Amino acid sequence: MKYTLFFKEAQPEDYPLLGGKGASLASMSAANLPVPVGFCVTTHAYSAFLHASDLFDTIMAQVDGIDCADVAQLDQKSAEIRALLLDKPLPAEVESVIRGSYRQLCDLTGLPGTLPVAVRSSATAEDLPDASFAGQQDTYLWVVGEDEVIEHVRRCWASLYTARAINYRRNQNIPENDVLMSVVVQKMVNARTAGVAMTLNPTNGDRSKIVIDASWGLGEAVVSGEVTPDNFLVDKVMLEIIKADIQHKAIEHVPDRVNRRVLTRDIEPDRAAQPCLTDDEVKAVCRIAKTIEKHYRCPQDIEWALDADLPDGENFTLLQSRPETVWTQKKATTQATTKTGMEGILNTLMNPLAARQ
Amino acid sequence: MDNKFISPYDHHAPAGAENWKDLYPYYMVFQDNLKESENAKFFFCDSQHWPNVFKPFDAITVEFAVKCLSQYNTRQWLIPPANGIDFKIHNGYCYMSPVAVAPELIAERVPQFLERAGFYFQNWNDLLDNWHKKVKATIDEMEAVTFEPLPEVIPMDWVTGGVGLDPTYHLIHNYTKMIDLCYKTWMYHFEFLNLGYAAYLDFFGFCKEAFPGIPDLSIAKMVQGIDSELFRPDDELRKLAKRAVELGVADTLINHDLTAALAALAETEAGQQWIAAWEGAKYPWFNFTVGNGFYSTDKYWIEHLEIPFGYVQDYARKVLAGDSIDRPTEAIAAERERITEEYRDSLFDEEAQAAFDGKLGLARVVFPYVENHNFYIEHWAMSVFWRKMRDLANVLTGAGFFADPNDMFYFRREEIQNLLFDYGRGWAMGVPAIGPSYLPGEVARRKAIVDALSTAPPKPAFNEPPTVVTEPFTIMLWGITTESVQGWLTTAEVTNKLKGMAASPGTVEGVARVINNADELGLLQEGEILVTRITAPSWAPVFGKIRATVTDIGGMMSHAAIVCREYGLPAVTGTGSASTTIKTGDLIRVNGAQGEVTILQAA
Repeated sequence: MKYTLFFKEAQPEDYPLLGGKGASLASMSAANLPVPVGFCVTTHAYSAFLHASDLFDTIMAQVDGIDCADVAQLDQKSAEIRALLLDKPLPAEVESVIRGSYRQLCDLTGLPGTLPVAVRSSATAEDLPDASFAGQQDTYLWVVGEDEVIEHVRRCWASLYTARAINYRRNQNIPENDVLMSVVVQKMVNARTAGVAMTLNPTNGDRSKIVIDASWGLGEAVVSGEVTPDNFLVDKVMLEIIKADIQHKAIEHVPDRVNRRVLTRDIEPDRAAQPCLTDDEVKAVCRIAKTIEKHYRCPQDIEWALDADLPDGENFTLLQSRPETVWTQKKATTQATTKTGMEGILNTLMNPLAARQ
Repeated sequence: MDNKFISPYDHHAPAGAENWKDLYPYYMVFQDNLKESENAKFFFCDSQHWPNVFKPFDAITVEFAVKCLSQYNTRQWLIPPANGIDFKIHNGYCYMSPVAVAPELIAERVPQFLERAGFYFQNWNDLLDNWHKKVKATIDEMEAVTFEPLPEVIPMDWVTGGVGLDPTYHLIHNYTKMIDLCYKTWMYHFEFLNLGYAAYLDFFGFCKEAFPGIPDLSIAKMVQGIDSELFRPDDELRKLAKRAVELGVADTLINHDLTAALAALAETEAGQQWIAAWEGAKYPWFNFTVGNGFYSTDKYWIEHLEIPFGYVQDYARKVLAGDSIDRPTEAIAAERERITEEYRDSLFDEEAQAAFDGKLGLARVVFPYVENHNFYIEHWAMSVFWRKMRDLANVLTGAGFFADPNDMFYFRREEIQNLLFDYGRGWAMGVPAIGPSYLPGEVARRKAIVDALSTAPPKPAFNEPPTVVTEPFTIMLWGITTESVQGWLTTAEVTNKLKGMAASPGTVEGVARVINNADELGLLQEGEILVTRITAPSWAPVFGKIRATVTDIGGMMSHAAIVCREYGLPAVTGTGSASTTIKTGDLIRVNGAQGEVTILQAA
């Protein structure tokens, strides 16, 4: 029974054990996409934990009895279940395997015992079409040390039973006994610059372009919309920057390693006005974005960061890649039929491009 | 900022050139009594094809070329919105003004256009095979023409043969014939060109709409051919260099000038083999000019064998140093396919992909002509034409008409007929011709005018530009757009930065060398940046020396752009004024991806 699996060692037949996020990281690793190193605490570990005691039956009975319309009751039962998951001792073997994997990860990155990691839940039902479900599990950043890792793995497991999650599954008719949880433990990225890259132009659906939004520090600033990011429009085929809108980026999120949290700080005016990516970095981001798109065979919406702790050329880090949905699902906009042959040439002569634009 | 350019009527000749107008035909200069109608037209300077002041005879090239371009639009294809191009010479430079079709007449031309142009597109390759035969036959006819001094007496066999003519008849006839054959080649030049560009532009427009913001370079790379005959002359030189190394005669080649090398080579068997290869490469490939074929001063390899020989020496040195001199044709072909496939895959639906395939397919069928015709007409046919005209000039010089054969080109083509009649008339009467006493003064007068005109650069344009440039041939053939015209109006404001076409990517910094004509190419030093009005494809061998190219005029498909991409050099074309703004010795930065040239430090 594999309780943990490093992204690199997981085989496709293992993917069901890793949850949606974990499987995706493993498959990206297998494709040599530059995801931060890490491992998954598999669903086997969770299941071993549930079945080592009578936890499983207790929880199922508890959930069955919930009337989701009764908010007070839902909250109370949810709290009880989570307390159970946080208190029960882990089976010794499970715990020692997780500790061992964390130590191994620390050694891999040259920070014995002290590597800051992100601990994220990766539910097996996560890859349901409604992506919002994914956000209902938790992510813990800047976790350091074996004990802390164990503690946060538990918290992830417990997050399966927040009131919101229970209510969601009830509404979606997702059977409770199908729900398992894997947990991703992954090297924290110390982002110098981060952002998103779309492998099409979201303003017109043009798939020959890559659009990058980027700002200083961790990607949260871009994703949350707290800053107006630098925006680059790049020709995907030639990797040529067609347009670069450089903005004043007032704030950035940076790790506060001591307090193990993210802090928000003002950016000094000089740096705020500077592009947060060099032209070469823009191209490097695009090159990898193209690889990612090719791997998934459809336009992608990619979260990435340049890791300040890694050397140039190796610092691109892929955080997450999702299929782009807006344009991909929209049937190709019914444009006026392109005129071809002689009609096309006639049209070109009669309505020169300059007059059409 | 002004929104119009100066009127040609207010743009005066430089001092010493006041009487320039009688150097050119009356219909090619702005006439005072037509001031109002001429001022209503927008003219732009075509310094892309005619960068230098015309000697009177040389104006034949713009006359024939632009008239023949026009006849196809107006009278053969009936291009619905576009007639020909009106053209004028002003202060020695030529200016173009496209002629639009009146809006109410456009619709009725459509069915005729579809039928006429449609026939050519449908039968493109067959018609093009025939074109090659016609052009080759015309060139052969030109080659067969000879110009000889008039003999002392009419040959006896003409007497016994009852010919009843004298050689002056043939002299004048042969001159007229050469002019006619030249005219013919210019008709052929445009037989496919306008349609070729239209098909290219159709694909271009499709890409611009399907992939908003797509670099022009991408489109050029998808369409551009790999085995263009324009590259053949240079390829021949590479082959000769490699052959010399194979035969073990490279040292002999490198260490002697042409005459001495040929003499030394003739003494060994290996050397003789190389000479045979050298002779074999000449025809037709050395009918290749270092200019653009439009001037009597253009040098052709075949008459200046030291030029190709020098390039062979350069290549041989590289081969000996272990460098590869082969063009990376496989890599270029693979890159072309990669780019094509990636853009095609970016299209969502099959209908769009089918349109892409159709338009690209047609563009690729027609584009080899757009590239290759240049070798057949500007290089090969014009090589023969100018050579024969020099033969004639030598005859007249021998007869005392000129001190220097090149003086002949200070006379208009119809004036040459008078000169020939003068020559024949004196010969017939047994008295001296008038020319030898009359012409020297006239040559000196005209020379002074041409020299004075050459001291002033042309204006980019005259009169009020259209708010939007929509005329398809202005855009297609000259790469002139609303933006570029606006750019000309504003260039004066910024002097250290020039915008142009992003013709070939890459960024380099280096010392500029401004080259005003091909004779100055020898001044180029290793690692310099070539700055010039316009390059010619035959300059290819010097591109091994330079780091980048900047030109005043030329689009994405100008010959300069094509050659630069071929040689992997950054290039910015169509800057408007680089060759006058930048000075030799300036430190400049060329950004070929953005189409920007920055003067970092003035010399």
